[in-house]
Amino acid sequence: MYKIVEKEHFSENVVKLIVEAPMIAQSRRPGHFVIVRTGEGGERIPLTISAADTVKGTITLVVQAIGESTRKICALEIGDCFTDIVGPLGQATHIENVGTVVCCGGGVGVAPLLPIIKAMKEAGNRVVSILAARTSDLIILEKEVSEYSDEVIIMTDDGSKGQKGLVTAGVESVINREKVDLVVAIGPAVMMKFVSLTTKKYDIPTMVSLNTIMVDGTGMCGACRVTVDGKTKFVCIDGPEFDAHKVDFDEMIMRLRAYN
Amino acid sequence: KERTSIPRVVMPQLPADFRVKSNHEVNQGLSQGQAVLEASRCLDCPDPQCIQGCPVSINIPSFIKNIERGEILTAAKILKHTSALPAVCGRVCPQEKQCESRCIYNKMKKQPVAIGYLERFAADFERENIKANNIELRPSATEKNGMDIAVVGSGPAGLSFAGDMIKKGYNVTVYEALHEIGGVLKYGIPEFRLPNIVVEAEIDGLRAEGVNFVKDCIIGKTISYEQLHELGYDGIFVASGAGLPRFMGIPGENYIGIMSANEYLTRINLMGAGRPGEDTPVLKGNRVAVIGGGNTAMDSVRTALRQGSQKAMIVYRRSLEEMPARVEEVHHAQEEGVEFMTLCNPIEYIADEKGRVKAMRVQRMELGEPDASGRRSPVPVEGAVEEIEVDLVIVSVGVSPNPLIPNAIPQLEVSRRGTIVVNEDSMQSSIYDIYAGGDIVRGGATVILAMGDGRRAAAAMDAELRKQR
Ligand SMILES: Cc1cc2nc3c(=O)[nH]c(=O)nc-3n(C[C@H](O)[C@H](O)[C@H](O)COP(=O)(O)OP(=O)(O)OC[C@H]3O[C@@H](n4cnc5c(N)ncnc54)[C@H](O)[C@@H]3O)c2cc1C
Ligand SMILES: Cc1cc2nc3c(=O)[nH]c(=O)nc-3n(C[C@H](O)[C@H](O)[C@H](O)COP(=O)(O)OP(=O)(O)OC[C@H]3O[C@@H](n4cnc5c(N)ncnc54)[C@H](O)[C@@H]3O)c2cc1C
Ligand code: SF4
Ligand code: SF4
Ligand code: FES
Ligand SMILES: [Mg+2]
Repeated sequence: MYKIVEKEHFSENVVKLIVEAPMIAQSRRPGHFVIVRTGEGGERIPLTISAADTVKGTITLVVQAIGESTRKICALEIGDCFTDIVGPLGQATHIENVGTVVCCGGGVGVAPLLPIIKAMKEAGNRVVSILAARTSDLIILEKEVSEYSDEVIIMTDDGSKGQKGLVTAGVESVINREKVDLVVAIGPAVMMKFVSLTTKKYDIPTMVSLNTIMVDGTGMCGACRVTVDGKTKFVCIDGPEFDAHKVDFDEMIMRLRAYN
Repeated sequence: KERTSIPRVVMPQLPADFRVKSNHEVNQGLSQGQAVLEASRCLDCPDPQCIQGCPVSINIPSFIKNIERGEILTAAKILKHTSALPAVCGRVCPQEKQCESRCIYNKMKKQPVAIGYLERFAADFERENIKANNIELRPSATEKNGMDIAVVGSGPAGLSFAGDMIKKGYNVTVYEALHEIGGVLKYGIPEFRLPNIVVEAEIDGLRAEGVNFVKDCIIGKTISYEQLHELGYDGIFVASGAGLPRFMGIPGENYIGIMSANEYLTRINLMGAGRPGEDTPVLKGNRVAVIGGGNTAMDSVRTALRQGSQKAMIVYRRSLEEMPARVEEVHHAQEEGVEFMTLCNPIEYIADEKGRVKAMRVQRMELGEPDASGRRSPVPVEGAVEEIEVDLVIVSVGVSPNPLIPNAIPQLEVSRRGTIVVNEDSMQSSIYDIYAGGDIVRGGATVILAMGDGRRAAAAMDAELRKQR
């Protein structure tokens, strides 16, 4: 069960795993995530489904090792199994033809962004994708993203690939040159916060996918709660996607440090 | 006369100072001698009121008299006629409000027969007997009728329903969202009150009967209602519980160190947080405040003591008398050194520069007129606000029905509170093949009520499906 059938290293700390999970592969939609557990003492870790193959009955996960549990996941090899995978969780992305969509992925956030890029393109949108990372080695899924984007802009902090600068500079350059109807940003909380602040200036609708700390992922514990428009929301059942301009990012960033 | 002069048995329990340093079950269970003597107190009343007090009408004098005669396995069998989980109910039922509250002894101004302790004794005896004699559990010899039933959720409602339906000859599959079977019995109620082996034994019994369990599977997400039909299910029982924790909506409630009782208990009970070999972390506090006065609050505050906190407080807006928790748990908590701040209501939390809670402001309350629940409602005492140092706060002010199923099946009729609407006799919902019971219908009740719902739904669904065969 939940056997890993393919593994690829995107960078030193980012791996792609293709896992057998036929029921989930069939019912998932862009924007959904799963919760996985490795080993009997394993923690429940949320990961976005970045692709699925209903024929083979597999889902694709892209994982960045940042702590104990994600390191364990990244150490799994072909033939190994996850102890548990449950999903698909969360609300699926609302896909619509709105015109021009700018999709910003920061670091490993490009993985959860990919199915949205694909769906937005298939819905008839013009899609401009911006991939951002610290340095060139950390830019992932460029080829896959290009396949479904009208244009791909690469931004690196150190200028080692694409343009030098932060993702916000990339977003602003597109906004200044053409009419943008929707921005989707997925990546580290700080990155989403700054994209949100940027697009707010131009009053462009913006959607983010929040990666809060979770336990059950079914609405039972409230660990994942965030303040959206002044109200407490549970990311696992009300999200993970929200209107960026209404999210209290500072509170979310604070809560991510609960176990540091 | 002689019978009535015997004092009520005292449950052997671990000493408070020892038990707060361990996770062992506090109540150690009666010895056979104690049980037989206690059983002899029962007067086998001609019109036993105790039965009226039990939500599932267990034949109480009959099982007790079998204990008195030393026929413990017969006693256990009588319990199983009505209750699917006697070892659980004997431990967690609010007996003082149910069966024992109606015992004739109360009229004599004496302590009631310890029905719950005896129920637990008989059920434990049977379980230990099975284990000690390596008795192989085998399915009851019911002929299979070829019909398939799906159960959503593996808490007490789902388990009791599954147990009844498998015995009636159906193929039964229980789907559970979490990675463990048992619902609140596993993730909520702690080991020191309800050991997992007790729950496991019940689940093993159902497995032996042929019930199929599928974990990590969310109905409405992993498998849709339509897909259940494609899979050939003839009936569906929804027992998805009251999952959603409520918060109070007061300033600062999202600071680090403030969490729901569900989160706290799940991290520790389901995920084993803090034990070697377990990856899930949990915050530890030295000064812990638990907001609320129910069983969940008692479980949380006593868990906090066992996690090593120096000061563990219950903050409750009414008085001790109105507390909904089982009386025994309140006593145990008091023995263990829990502080009870009654007539207090938090109004704001204060954090340090990192966003970690460091204090709470509480409003003193007094009791006013009785409210809708019949309890005197708390009203703020003007100006009586104080600040208390805390570094961990567990919010236990109630839960709402789990919205997963109502969200996934929009045609299903739900109440304004979010509970699934059913016919009270049959537990049938507005959709002909969906029955429901337990907390998803009642919005937060008890194990025995959930279990009783499961049984009633099984009887009604069986009657309906017989017509179709
Ligand atoms: C809906 C959702 C989808 C996600 N999808 C993906 C995905 O596709 N790929 C992926 O690699 N990760 C994803 N994440 C994040 C992933 O779940 C966390 O990285 C993981 O839980 C960290 O666990 P750990 O034990 O390895 O690290 P920890 O030791 O728990 O944390 C290490 C550091 O990371 C920070 N941190 C903790 N939790 C999170 C978090 N949830 N997000 C960001 N930082 C965190 C902590 O502050 C700490 O500094 C997702 C999270 C959510 C909620
Ligand atoms: C900490 C605590 C202490 C308590 N103490 C007592 C006590 O002492 N005495 C007492 O009588 N009662 C007590 N209760 C209340 C009692 O536990 C509940 O009333 C009872 O468990 C309800 O049973 P249930 O079967 O309806 O649901 P639950 O036990 O809540 O089980 C529901 C299960 O369904 C699963 N589920 C939900 N949605 C889906 C889905 N879509 N697909 C698959 N699975 C799903 C959930 O994960 C869960 O495991 C306590 C409750 C708590 C939380
Ligand atoms: S099930 Fe509960 S209420 Fe009924 S007899 Fe047993 S302890 Fe009493
Ligand atoms: S009311 Fe009390 S004494 Fe009478 S049958 Fe019930 S338990 Fe026995
Ligand atoms: S993760 Fe528990 S409620 Fe969202
Ligand atoms: Mg971790």
